[in-house]
Amino acid sequence: MGKFRDALVRGEFVITGEVAPPHGTDYSAMLESVRKLSPFCHALNVTDNQGATLHLSSLAASRVVLENGNGCEPIFQQTCRDRNRLALQSDLLAAWTLGLENVLVVTGDDPRGGDHPKAKGVFDMDSTQLLQVTKGMNEGVDMNGTPLDGATDFFMGGALFPEAEPWDIQLERGLQKVEAGAEFFQTQAVTDVDKFARAVEAFEPTGAKLIAGILLFKSPRVIKFINERLAGLMVPDWITDRVTGAEKPLDEAIAIAIEQAIQLKDIAHGIHIMPLGSDDAVARIIEGAELG
Amino acid sequence: MIVTKPRDWNRIKANLAEIDAKSVFIMGCGECATVAHTGGQAEIMVAKARLEAEGYSVTGSAVGAVTCHSGGVNLDMRKHRAEVDAADAVLVLSCGAGVQTVADAVKKPTYPGLESAFLGNVVRHGVFEERCQMCGDCVLDKTAGICPVTTCPKGLLNGPCGGMWNGMCEVLTDRECAHVKIRRRLAEQGRGMKGVIAPKDYSVKRGPGSVNTRDAALGRKPASTATDKPFTTEKDA
Ligand code: SF4
Ligand code: SF4
Repeated sequence: MGKFRDALVRGEFVITGEVAPPHGTDYSAMLESVRKLSPFCHALNVTDNQGATLHLSSLAASRVVLENGNGCEPIFQQTCRDRNRLALQSDLLAAWTLGLENVLVVTGDDPRGGDHPKAKGVFDMDSTQLLQVTKGMNEGVDMNGTPLDGATDFFMGGALFPEAEPWDIQLERGLQKVEAGAEFFQTQAVTDVDKFARAVEAFEPTGAKLIAGILLFKSPRVIKFINERLAGLMVPDWITDRVTGAEKPLDEAIAIAIEQAIQLKDIAHGIHIMPLGSDDAVARIIEGAELG
Repeated sequence: MIVTKPRDWNRIKANLAEIDAKSVFIMGCGECATVAHTGGQAEIMVAKARLEAEGYSVTGSAVGAVTCHSGGVNLDMRKHRAEVDAADAVLVLSCGAGVQTVADAVKKPTYPGLESAFLGNVVRHGVFEERCQMCGDCVLDKTAGICPVTTCPKGLLNGPCGGMWNGMCEVLTDRECAHVKIRRRLAEQGRGMKGVIAPKDYSVKRGPGSVNTRDAALGRKPASTATDKPFTTEKDA
């Protein structure tokens, strides 16, 4: 059993980060991120053609993280957008064979928002269905119920958006994911701690762990980008005002992240830091929130 | 109905140039393409004027009653034999099914004049919406009569996805999320989403589809095509 899973199941407050595989074969920049983030994190998400833009596969990149993380584990991401059910199952078997134990299953952004807008979005399965299939593989069968020559034992996660309204529909959807096999959730950026607390309370009876997303709102430009381009996220005015009004926007963004981490410390089961390239900020956030 | 859109004029011109055509016969469709204002009598006249302006001669035209209907098209082509014979090419302003029916009936290079876009609901005059993709394994029983395969841009059976914001869709941001609609209507009907909808059975849709009610009625085994029983799944059998 992996360290990330152990820690979360034991009730330890976990810290996860995120690295992006390269647009090409040179993964030295990703390794540099791994080097900076791994001392502070239990696990690092390895994104899968994020934003529907071409990157080295999460499978290969996760293996690189596994080998270079000094015990900080990769969370292999699988999006349903790019593969049909054969490819998805095949990649999951490959992932387990390569020693990857954590998987985050997401539906994926629509290709028309990415760098290959003419691509056919596959979406043969949605994230809930893929969670169910992964659960079956953990029990030793493929999605048809045919026994596998060697099962998997993935620690399975899903994405959750605790601030989306209508909340009852989000909640129902999240519970559906738990039913399908999700053991932990990583959430989109939390900007309203009360809404996050509402989610934790709602999922309490299921035993699913909620890792709160903390996004570094590092500059007015990034805030504009998030508001205009990132699906399902609006930066609240209080954050925009503080970052835009600040002399050093990055410092202010880090201060906000620290405040959020402190507030979330007693509510969440962990935090997922998305530094948007400012990897050095992660150490400052963790130290500032006294999570180190 | 099948909703069609005008095809890029340059592609049509390139097609005609490829075979060095000088004269064209134009065929339209009295059903869908007429309703869609893409291939009725009026649009044929526009195409004719356009071709003539480009130096082509138009030998004649016809609007098939239903251009995807082989019998009717064969009859039309016989009626217009001389005009068709006089043309170097036939341009068809109908959906792709109609183009193929005409291509079967004439011994001339036949070109599509339109793009077949989707199976459309006529919301009101001139307003068409795609509500069904004819997936062959309908889930409307579970989704309160709202099709997620078609009206969710990602075609997700279970949703909403993580991008839904204030009930709106992440991809088409001016529309309500299909899954929000579904769950609301289910709730209004006192129903709920029961469990997870299983991955679709795409095998039932594997083409080419073929239905032969005549042979079945006569107790004959229909000639085999790629799908002997396109609309029967093993579950039903
Ligand atoms: S589920 Fe399939 S058959 Fe039913 S409305 Fe949607 S696309 Fe059409
Ligand atoms: S927001 Fe709703 S309709 Fe839009 S892509 Fe996501 S699930 Fe589909």
